[in-house]
Order: sequence, then structure tokens, then C-alpha cells
Amino acid sequence: MTDLYQSQRAMRRMRKAAMDRRLIAILDVGSTKIACLVLRLEGPELGAPEDGLGRMAGQATFRVIGAASTRSRGVRFGEIDAMQEAERAIRTAVQAAQKMAGQRVDHVIACFSGGRPRSYGLAGEVPLSEGTVSEADIARALAACDVPDIGQGREVLHAQPVNFALDHRSGLSDPRGQIGNRLSVDMHLLSVEASAIQNLLYCIQRCDLELAGLASSPYVAGIASLVEDEQELGAACIDMGGGATGISIFMKKHMIYADAVRLGGDHVTLDIAKGLQVSQAQAERIKTRHGGVIATGVDDRELIECGGDSGDWDRDRRRVSRAELIGIMRPRVEEILEEVRARLDAAEFEHLPSRAIVLTGGASQIPGLDGLVARILGQHVRLGRPLRVRGLPQSATGPDYAAAVGLCLFAAHPQDEWWDFDIPAERYAGRSLRKALKWFRDNW
Amino acid sequence: MQPLMLSPALRAVDPQPQRPRDPAPSRLSYRMHRLWLTPLYRALLRVGLPAFALAFVGGLWLVDEGRRSGLVERLTELRRDLEERPEFMVTLLTVEGASVELAAQIRAALAVELPASSFALDLEALRQKVAAMSGVAQAEVLIRPGGILALRVTERVPAIVWRGPEGLWLLDREGHRVAPIASRLDRPDLGLVAGAGAEAAVPEALALYAAAEPVAPRLRGLVRMGERRWDVVLDRGQRILLPERGAVAALERVMALALAEDMLARDVIVIDMRNQARPTLRLAPAALEELRRMRGQPAGATSG
Repeated sequence: MTDLYQSQRAMRRMRKAAMDRRLIAILDVGSTKIACLVLRLEGPELGAPEDGLGRMAGQATFRVIGAASTRSRGVRFGEIDAMQEAERAIRTAVQAAQKMAGQRVDHVIACFSGGRPRSYGLAGEVPLSEGTVSEADIARALAACDVPDIGQGREVLHAQPVNFALDHRSGLSDPRGQIGNRLSVDMHLLSVEASAIQNLLYCIQRCDLELAGLASSPYVAGIASLVEDEQELGAACIDMGGGATGISIFMKKHMIYADAVRLGGDHVTLDIAKGLQVSQAQAERIKTRHGGVIATGVDDRELIECGGDSGDWDRDRRRVSRAELIGIMRPRVEEILEEVRARLDAAEFEHLPSRAIVLTGGASQIPGLDGLVARILGQHVRLGRPLRVRGLPQSATGPDYAAAVGLCLFAAHPQDEWWDFDIPAERYAGRSLRKALKWFRDNW
Repeated sequence: MQPLMLSPALRAVDPQPQRPRDPAPSRLSYRMHRLWLTPLYRALLRVGLPAFALAFVGGLWLVDEGRRSGLVERLTELRRDLEERPEFMVTLLTVEGASVELAAQIRAALAVELPASSFALDLEALRQKVAAMSGVAQAEVLIRPGGILALRVTERVPAIVWRGPEGLWLLDREGHRVAPIASRLDRPDLGLVAGAGAEAAVPEALALYAAAEPVAPRLRGLVRMGERRWDVVLDRGQRILLPERGAVAALERVMALALAEDMLARDVIVIDMRNQARPTLRLAPAALEELRRMRGQPAGATSG
């Protein structure tokens, strides 16, 4: 656990350095596109007051000054598959965003959806030595959590305290300064495969950038597209990307569960390409222009031109009806949603007070998808778009930029994680001087 | 799978079909782009490098001694050409506000060689030179359009004649010298002061002259005694000794006595007002004799 502390704290330091330089880049490594935004942080003195989030829910503290996206290469299922290709794609996006911003960025916060994220709920409890809860007590409580066996070759990506309880009172968001005897904490821990992180880290280092933070893409998509009430009352955000579909469940403004299904819009495109015997590019075009999931009578009469692009223009011309296209797309979309359903069931989503479902991501733009989702997942379905962020170009306001926008919010207002609290003194061997000082303070 | 390790030689033998251009920047161009976006480097390259190149080329050109002196020569020539343009030439000196003699004196003292370039004239030095002349209270120097060097002078007005160690001088109200005169009779309208330190107390002397208005025809002049007090000298050898302080008031007192009792017309040699509490008269010997005779005292006896 100590190296985790070290690496995450190193990232936090990097993020602090970026905050001081007022410039940070956001990198959304997806399977379809790689998006890079350059943020100029405007600091707390502009707009936001001391306490609370301030103007526009804290979004006034930064401004997007550069935005670029490029077609993703070498990324599959939200993981880096071919390093050189992925590195080139990241380079393209970063260079274009830097060019638009007119400034060089050195620090980058990245998110990815792959790496088989897995959620764990942790609980820890400590007796309080003094009457009131201090930050050191919280750190001790966090340290007292039993860490489950997350498996070989996996790393912790997020470890966020989601709930504090003091004696019999539960649901505290900030117990500091309160009086009690026992402090217990619930923590949500998200682990991903270490190789996915390492590959991404390597690619980013090859681009001469410093990694100042890592986030899971379902989490940041949820931050961007769930409104405050949904985050408070319980909602699931389903981020339908190209290679993977991320699921994150929010409750009381904390993420309590995240997962990803390794299926996405690219699979729908592949199905179309195979079913209609067309190239992938053409299948993508047909999907975006004519796609749908609910067939009606008029769709039988709407014919779509599709040639094999084989050079034989006279013979290789076919027409398919839209109903046929829907017949290809719908089973795959249903399969994705069934998978999502299974994950939500595993997370006991049906026990939440408000079971709102918000769809974002590029694949959520299929017409009629909300109707299909309502049949499979539940009644409260909404198509979510990310919040408007200052300076974001119009082309980057669609649902496919939910993760990028969420990462901006994450960069401006990161949630407290485990490693933001000091390590308790008894667990930390290197600080004997501090221990001695503490002993003096306690005994004299 | 695409060939990963195809050597260029092999590729030349078996040319691949033309693939679409890779939009990704090469590692080198990416690094160059980032370097270019670095603010310090950018400033250095955009400002520093051209400035350095200019300075370097200039330095190379100036290394040669002949070129350097030629450049200096050309610059001075250019400067002279500019200065000697007719627009900048001064051809005329006018003096305003001075009498004819003073103007002539000023012209002689300045000795400006005209025509001269206005760049070559040091107006402040000229002004100080003129202002330092006796007889000039204030001086202004300016160059008017049309090449005129205009001197505006405020002349000192003579107020009194001073008989000093260097002869007779005219002084103005503050005691500054205005001009020497040859004879007292040149300015009979002005009063006369004499004695050591008289020129330093001209304002008081003028006040005394004003107070002595009733005996003006008899007034010969004022004598400064011991650089601290005045004597008023009248004709027939009469003197009024004034105190150091309150001289004007004492003189006014004497004038009142003179008007009321016609004191000055009597045979009095000295009226001593130095001690305010005890004014003293000194009679002429004959008058003293007469007084004693009238009082019936023997001659030669003294009293009080």
C-alpha cells in the first residue's frame, strides 16, 4: 500500500505544480477518439468565494483554451493495445490542442475506461482517543479499513471515503470537529489492471508529458452528466463509448460503484460491416446517418444506398432498408444493455431511492435508444449531455465529450481520496523524529 | 498484420501501395513544436536572436577603424548640415526694455557673433551673463521665429547717489549698483548717502529722505556712521544724529520740532537723538555765549 501512497501523492504534487502554473491538459483516451483539452485555471481569487463551490458550481475557476480530438489508434476496449499507434494519436491530439491554446502544457490528467475496473466497499472503525474528530483520526479510520485482495497485477485507481459514521449517527459527510467515541468510515475502492495504467503512463511519458492525475472514465462521465440532484439521490450514469461501456452509480454525491462492459459502439459498427458487407468506414457512416433501434413501418420503405466500394460501380450497388439496418443494430445494443443490466443488478441498483439512469457517450446518440433502455434497465431514463464549460468549442459539447468535460471538473475540484490524508504516524517508519515530537507533545 | 520491421531496402524492391498520410506529428516535430511554445525560448528566438544578429553584423562592420571614423565624420557633418539650415539661424539681436546706453552695454558685453545657429547659442548662459550686469534687474532670453535673439530686460531704476570708495554710484531701491556717475550734479534730484556700509542700508536711507521732506532744500545728505546708524547732514554744518533703531521716528520727531518751534533755523550745530529718552542739542559757541549772557551767568562757566 505504501507505493500506492507514494505514486498517488507524486501525482498530487504534480497536480499542485500544474495548479501553480495555471495550465493543465486533459486527456480522454477512448477507443474511438482521443480528446485533449487545455485548461487555464483562474484560481480562487476570480469568482469563487472562500467556502462552497462558488459561481457556476465552481466551473468559473477554469477556462478551456485549447481543444482537439483525433481518431483513436491503437486503443481497444478503452485500453492501450498498440503502444506506438496510441502514442502517435496522443501526440496528435496534444499538439493540436497546444497549438490552439498557444501554450505548452507539461501536466496532463488522463482518464480511460478499460482495465477491467472493479469496485470494492471497505469499512474501517477506530475508537477516538480525544473527544473530537481530527484529521488524524480520519486518517487512522481510513488506515483501519480491511483492504480486500484486489488480485495480482491490479492497482487502486480511486479510494474515496463515501460515508462517515460517528457512534450511532451515520451519513456524515464531514465528521471533523464532531464529538463521539467511535469513528467508522465507508470507503469505495476502484481497482484496475496495473498494466493498463503502466501502458498509458508509458505513452504519456513518451510524449514528454507528466501525469498529474488518473481517473476512471465512468466516474468522470458521471461527474459531467449527472445533475446535482441525481448525484445526491442516486443515479447510474452509463457512458456508452466506442470500445467499452462504463457504468458508475452515484449516491450522496459520491461514486459508490463503477464498472465497465467491454462492448460498445464499435461492435455495432462491426456488425453492420459484416452484415451489410461494407467497409468499416462506410458502416460507421451508415450507422450515424441512418441508425436506430426501434423499427416502424416507414423504415421498410426507407432504402439506404450501400456499395461495397469495390470499384465495380455498375454491379456492386445494393440497397438495404432501414428496417434491415435496425435489425442488425438492435440485437447488439440489446446485448450491451443486458450486460449493463447484469452489472447494475450485481451492484443492487434497484435498492437505491431514486433509480435514475443517464445515458451519455457517443453511442448514446442512436435514435430511439432511450426507449430501448427504458425497457431493459428501468423507467427513469434520460439522455445526458455534459455541463457547459467556459470556452469549450461547440463541437465538443456533445455527449461523446462527457468524460473529457468531467475530467475538467475533476481537475478543478478533485474529491478527497485516501492518499490526501496523512499516513498515521505508527504506520510510517521514516518519521521517527515526528513520532518523538508527538511523544513530547503528548507527555509534557 | 502489417509488416512491422520492413527495412527500407526491402521496401524499395517491393514498393507498398500508397497509404494515406499519417496525420500524427513525428516525435521530432512534436518536440520542436513544444519547444517553440515555450515562452522563454520563443521570446529568445523572436527578439533575442534578431537583436543579436543585428548587433553582430553592426559590430563586424564597425571593426574597421576607417569605417568607424568615416561614420563619425558623416554623423557630425549631418548634424552640422542640420544645424546650419536657414530655419535654425539667428541673425538679429534685439534688446527690449533697456535704455540706449544699457542696450549698448549689453550688446558689448554679450559679444554674440551673428549669424549663429540656434543650437550653438547657450541661452541660459547668455541670460545669466546679462542678469549679472549692474543696471539689469531681470533678463529673459528667447529665440523668436524669424531668427531673432530677443532679450527682454528689466532695468534697475536709480534711487539714490552713493559716495563710496570707488567714487559716485547710482543705487537702486535695494541698494544694487546701477551705474557710476562722474559728478553729484549729474543727478541733483536724488539724495546722497555716504559712509562705510551706506550702500547696505539704502531702503532705510530712502525712508529717512521721505521723512526729511520738510527740510529737503537744506538737506545735504546722509552719512552712515560706524556701519550702524545714520547722521543727517544739513547745510550750515548742522547734523542730526539718529539712533540705531527707530531712526525714522526720531527724525519725524525732529521734523515736528522744526516745524513747530523752528528749531533748525536756530544756531544749533548738533541735534543728538541717539538716546531717545534724552535728546541733546549742541549750540554753536556764539549762541552758547549769548545764552549765558541772557541768563546772567559769567562767561566760561559751564552748566549741567
